[in-house]
Amino acid sequence: MIPAHVHPAAPVERDPHYNFGYLDESTKRMLRRALLKAVAIPGYQVPFGSREMPLPYGWGTGGIQVTAAIIGANDVLKVIDQGSDDTTNAVNIRRFFGRVTGVATTESTRDASIIQTRHRIPETPLGKGQIMVYQVPIPEPLRWLEPSETETRTMHALAEYGGMHVRLYEDIAQYGHIATTYDYPVMVNGRYMMRPSPIPKFDNPKLDHSPALMLFGAGREKRVYAVPPYTSVKSLDFADHPFTIEQWDECCDVCGSTNTFLDEIILDDQGTRRFVCSDTEYCAHHAAGAEDKKEPAQQRAAAARVDASTIGHIPAGAAS
Amino acid sequence: MSAIQPLLSVRNMTHTWDGVHGCRDIDFDLFPGEVLCVVGESGSGKSTLLQAVSYQVTPKFGSVWYDTRDAGFTDLARLTAAERRMLARTDWGFVRQNARDGLRMQVSAGANIAERLMAIGDRHYGDLRAVAGEWLSKMEIEADRLDDTPQQFSGGMQQRLQIARNLVTRPRMVFMDEPTASLDVSVQARLLDLLRQLVTDLDLAAIVVTHDLAVARLLAHRTVVMRGGYIVESGLTDQILDDPQHPYTQLLVSSILQS
Repeated sequence: MIPAHVHPAAPVERDPHYNFGYLDESTKRMLRRALLKAVAIPGYQVPFGSREMPLPYGWGTGGIQVTAAIIGANDVLKVIDQGSDDTTNAVNIRRFFGRVTGVATTESTRDASIIQTRHRIPETPLGKGQIMVYQVPIPEPLRWLEPSETETRTMHALAEYGGMHVRLYEDIAQYGHIATTYDYPVMVNGRYMMRPSPIPKFDNPKLDHSPALMLFGAGREKRVYAVPPYTSVKSLDFADHPFTIEQWDECCDVCGSTNTFLDEIILDDQGTRRFVCSDTEYCAHHAAGAEDKKEPAQQRAAAARVDASTIGHIPAGAAS
Repeated sequence: MSAIQPLLSVRNMTHTWDGVHGCRDIDFDLFPGEVLCVVGESGSGKSTLLQAVSYQVTPKFGSVWYDTRDAGFTDLARLTAAERRMLARTDWGFVRQNARDGLRMQVSAGANIAERLMAIGDRHYGDLRAVAGEWLSKMEIEADRLDDTPQQFSGGMQQRLQIARNLVTRPRMVFMDEPTASLDVSVQARLLDLLRQLVTDLDLAAIVVTHDLAVARLLAHRTVVMRGGYIVESGLTDQILDDPQHPYTQLLVSSILQS
């Protein structure tokens, strides 16, 4: 156990009793195989043998297993929950990885090589070499339409996605516009329909042709899926009701930003409210006016990845 | 008759669930625009026949041929699963006895009708809504019920909505399993009237499974009588009803209350 005097946000000592990344090596290999398949077939849900993790389902067991499988000693980890670096879930997962891997952790989106997230994509544009890991509660976009897993798999295999528009039709019929605001279904690479995890639809455009690799892990449902870099991700819509993202009349109360996802905070019973950025790191950075001062450390992270990938390099000519 | 190409041909088809119960040695042709009624007592294999002919279950023996729009007259066993599902979604319709089995009860009538169109790639909300409204009025349901869910509809309206939902892609063939059985007599009459009109207007071929000879009398050009999994008699509906040959058919016809 962590001694009581250690501040929760403070870095934790690497605990040598655990294997690097908590999972054993063969489990990590199984996960990496599943992830490779997921990357090869963008948006396709690959089953994997989900393990018991030392926290309950619904707290990010899928994301943690994905992170554990891909993390290396040189990686820099950032964990966010609802855009915030200092909520319980984010602090706990960050400390967990500090303890079982000893890797550096950060709150800076630019410095991170792996970002594990729940409910948001950071406002700072992601760069080449970065990996986003999403915690997914329900991976199957067709589940509300069809309770049978066999049937939904057939529907995916045959690309029978017409029924998904029934939901959008219903939204427009009832509310006059598409009222789905989060976990908004997308088509990946023009082939597979995917749930982007419960991110607001505000973040959906960030998935499209992103230079970063997106990995999705659902622990309870035992599925991983992926969006490789520079892959088209299109949100569903109608020709006469195109996809739109949320907009606010207000700007952020802390940093004055007008183009970020804002949380509404009710301050008293008189209806006083304020709006602040949900991405706390971006907000603080923006408020300090230090937007471009930091040297982009993602290049360092990218270099570290290249090193790692050359370890398993097969000499040219060995094939055929 | 032989000059006309049948829409559907069933040859020597057998399907049993457990080696005993089901339908056996089924042979018939169905021509475009023709309505065929399948009558018989409970457990005589009527529903099994319908499911096997429409390939909801794969028949154990024999073959079913259908005149597809793309490939012409084809053995359904040769089509891929994807092609069969496409066929079932576009060129066929399924009307079930209980409307709640064939409808999405949680979404509006409009969405129910438009679903098949969305499934074949229609992505314009305004158009979809217009088509749904058109079909609703064709089914004699007021246009302002378009955004109500089927739960708020009466049984007869639900059944008519189910029919509209199936006909929206202009299928050439409809499978109906006891379409009027769960309705009261006056609503039955109205639905039958509507069905007869639709079948003529749209030149629909239909296989109607029923235990109600009155339905057969009103709708069907031809009737087959089933018993114990076999077709015991088949022919023109009037012929079957007025001059039954097989003892079981005679029993069936004589059991109708004469008014």
